[in-house]
Amino acid sequence: MHITPDSIIYWEAGPIRISATLAFTWLVMAILVLGSWLVTRRLTTETTLSRGQNLLEIIVDGIQDQIRQVTQQDPGRFLPFIGTLFLFIAVSNILTIVPGFQPPTGSLSTTAALALCVFVAVQVRGIADRGLVGYLKTYFQPSPFMLPFNILGELTRTLALAIRLFGNIMSGTMVGAILIAIAPLFFPILMDVMGLLIGLIQAYIFSILSLVFIASAARAHQELEHAEASNAKEEPND
Amino acid sequence: MTSVELIGMVSIIMAGATVGIGAPVTAIGEGWAVSRGMAALAQQPDAAPAITRALFIGVAMVESSAIYCFVVSMVLIFANPFWNHVVDLAGGR
Repeated sequence: MHITPDSIIYWEAGPIRISATLAFTWLVMAILVLGSWLVTRRLTTETTLSRGQNLLEIIVDGIQDQIRQVTQQDPGRFLPFIGTLFLFIAVSNILTIVPGFQPPTGSLSTTAALALCVFVAVQVRGIADRGLVGYLKTYFQPSPFMLPFNILGELTRTLALAIRLFGNIMSGTMVGAILIAIAPLFFPILMDVMGLLIGLIQAYIFSILSLVFIASAARAHQELEHAEASNAKEEPND
Repeated sequence: MTSVELIGMVSIIMAGATVGIGAPVTAIGEGWAVSRGMAALAQQPDAAPAITRALFIGVAMVESSAIYCFVVSMVLIFANPFWNHVVDLAGGR
């Protein structure tokens, strides 16, 4: 029984090793890229849409809507990163029901890589919005006393992000494998259906949490500007 | 009792205890959160999207502590470093 798809190795030469995680990550990427390429080849603005264009429009519009509701900001600058995270995780979780497919999100390497991307994006967004000094100042925010806790919080939430996704998907495949050994007839199917729901919810949670982290690195600055602007407006009246 | 037996026994007992203690406590907290969410939904059906989103995120974050317990117990059963170490020592002899 394999606890992660990392331990299934297809091909190995020296330091280069092609494990199931790598192969299925590329498969998911190929599905996403080829699918959207096929659809966006023939885009129309007519009243009759192709099915694929309709689907993609609904997905992109839904993601934009969620981003706008959560951050109260223009979704354009969050959409590429958050949308990519959501689509990759959602597709690889949904494909779990295909027999023989090892979900790449069920490997700690994949989820740790995704969480590290979020970690870097938070820092980059914070520095881009506030400047290096301004961003470093937020770590001393309530008082310089809180510096270690702020750093710890930054690291642990990245770790939690990675382990949450890994644990949920891994537990889904493990429970399925254990149930096949105990009650092979009917129950594994029920757990797979449950796994579909959990997979989609986890994809949603992962992208919403990364969105909240990234937006919160940028938000306080904008609120400050708004407050200053409104103060400046009110002052002449006083 | 040899060290191999001891390590095996303690690992299995702790794997059960980790989920056995971690999951019920998490379930109680999660039930609380859902019941308050349902009450809020019943009082303000208009705010359903916001309440549902907050409920989903909160429940998933609470759920993750039970998942951590599950991961720990899975590691104890299937990828136990101490067990592997002892088995390697025995194989090396």
